[in-house]
Amino acid sequence: MSPDGGRAVGAPVLERQSRSRLRVIDCDVHHALRSPKDLHPYLSRRWREHLDTYGHRHPVPFVGSSPYPKVAPALSRTDSWPPDGGPPGSDLAFLRAQLLDRYNIEYGMLHLLTPQGMDQRNQEFGTAICRAVNEWQYENWTQKERRLKAAIVVPGEDAEAAVAEIEHWAGNPDFVQISMVTHTIEPLGRRRYWPIYEAASRHGLPVGLHTSGFNGHAISGAGWPSYYVEEQHEVALSQQAVVISLVCEGVFELFPSLKVVIVEAGFAWVPSVAWRLDRQWARMREEVPHLTRPPSEYIRKNLWFTTQPVDEPERPEDLRAVLDWLGWDRVLFATDYPHWDMDNPEFAFKCRMTDAERRMVYSGNARAVYGLA
Amino acid sequence: MARHVVATVTEIPPGARKLLTVAGREIGVFNIGGEYFALLNRCPHQGGALCKGPLVGLVTSREPGRFDYSRRGEMLKCPWHGWEYDVRTGQSWCDPDDVKVRLYKVSVEPGEAVARGPFVAETFAVSVEQDYIVVEV
Repeated sequence: MSPDGGRAVGAPVLERQSRSRLRVIDCDVHHALRSPKDLHPYLSRRWREHLDTYGHRHPVPFVGSSPYPKVAPALSRTDSWPPDGGPPGSDLAFLRAQLLDRYNIEYGMLHLLTPQGMDQRNQEFGTAICRAVNEWQYENWTQKERRLKAAIVVPGEDAEAAVAEIEHWAGNPDFVQISMVTHTIEPLGRRRYWPIYEAASRHGLPVGLHTSGFNGHAISGAGWPSYYVEEQHEVALSQQAVVISLVCEGVFELFPSLKVVIVEAGFAWVPSVAWRLDRQWARMREEVPHLTRPPSEYIRKNLWFTTQPVDEPERPEDLRAVLDWLGWDRVLFATDYPHWDMDNPEFAFKCRMTDAERRMVYSGNARAVYGLA
Repeated sequence: MARHVVATVTEIPPGARKLLTVAGREIGVFNIGGEYFALLNRCPHQGGALCKGPLVGLVTSREPGRFDYSRRGEMLKCPWHGWEYDVRTGQSWCDPDDVKVRLYKVSVEPGEAVARGPFVAETFAVSVEQDYIVVEV
């Protein structure tokens, strides 16, 4: 058996192999700490002791766990636990074999989900965690595997500290974007976050927003859901709120070259959000006079969306209509490896694609957004 | 179609499975309460290694707040997206008519018959004292 277990077998194997030779840039890969102590070498003595004594504390009454039920241990494919131990995503050699080599991944964009520095209640500790995470990513991942690219994680609730973190890493080719959590104290379009967008624009670094973080509010805006199947979709609702805030606050008017990548929320919802915003904007334009263009124009100019989880409509071709409206240049393929809802590059899209469209979605768009050679 | 000797019966006790490659195909052979089933190790949804997934029961509900748990250990759940398949039929629970995993015919043959052939058993030293699991691929 192959270690990844996902090898296509039987008669269609030749067809699959030829498709897998397509170059893939995977815009959502999750690495992980093997142990919380992995950050020790990158923390000052003070914060090391703080971590060991107090640990991570977020604005939710759950420590070391998710407030939502999850379908699989570590949220991961059950075949993604490294044979030499540690949680899924924590073993570079296994990640290489099971993802990068197996699927011909040219570049993988790393998004670390835990720990987060940005939603720590102790903000100074959060700032120290962000720096430690960035050092850890650099030494243990991007320097050891050139196909992997990191995001500068920043303590975004403290814009000044976040900008300092950006300045520290900007220009280092191992870091190709800036990342923040998405469940924030205020919606991400608000003024308090603008210095971060200014720094991002100035350095030409996209802001990658992977759904994550805790702000004490239920993800839905309609109370706490009972089931994971609810939360799984409400991730997209919360990302819609992020998009709406960024557009309506005028972030893209102020920073017209800013690139924002919405990660792991799908994309089929984007047209309906844009249509509604355009309709309201036509009627309430004087409330937001700083928006000089219909909201859909900012969405199709400044925002990109990773594909996973690709929607699977009953009529697969319906997805083409969504992409035709959105623009085939707006979507970036992502697997979400090693998570249980990973998309396999060979099977994720059930609709037809021309070779040109396939190249855009699987690598060309990401190459342009992230400025990769 | 050839008949391949894949295991001795003692190798796969009830509730156990064996993963192997037969004629270039990755196949999982399962023992469900003494009956054997062989399935292609590829989920028709996105190609996950289905036969490495857990064997679970079937949870159904007649109305919210009530549930039934049946078919213990007879549903195979993909280790990726959790799609469930009936090991006995290969049918998916969500879309049994259109989404099915390939099933192969399995039989148990005594060692004497296996020694006589015709079977493909290159990797086996066949002993007449044992019974063997044979898969048709």
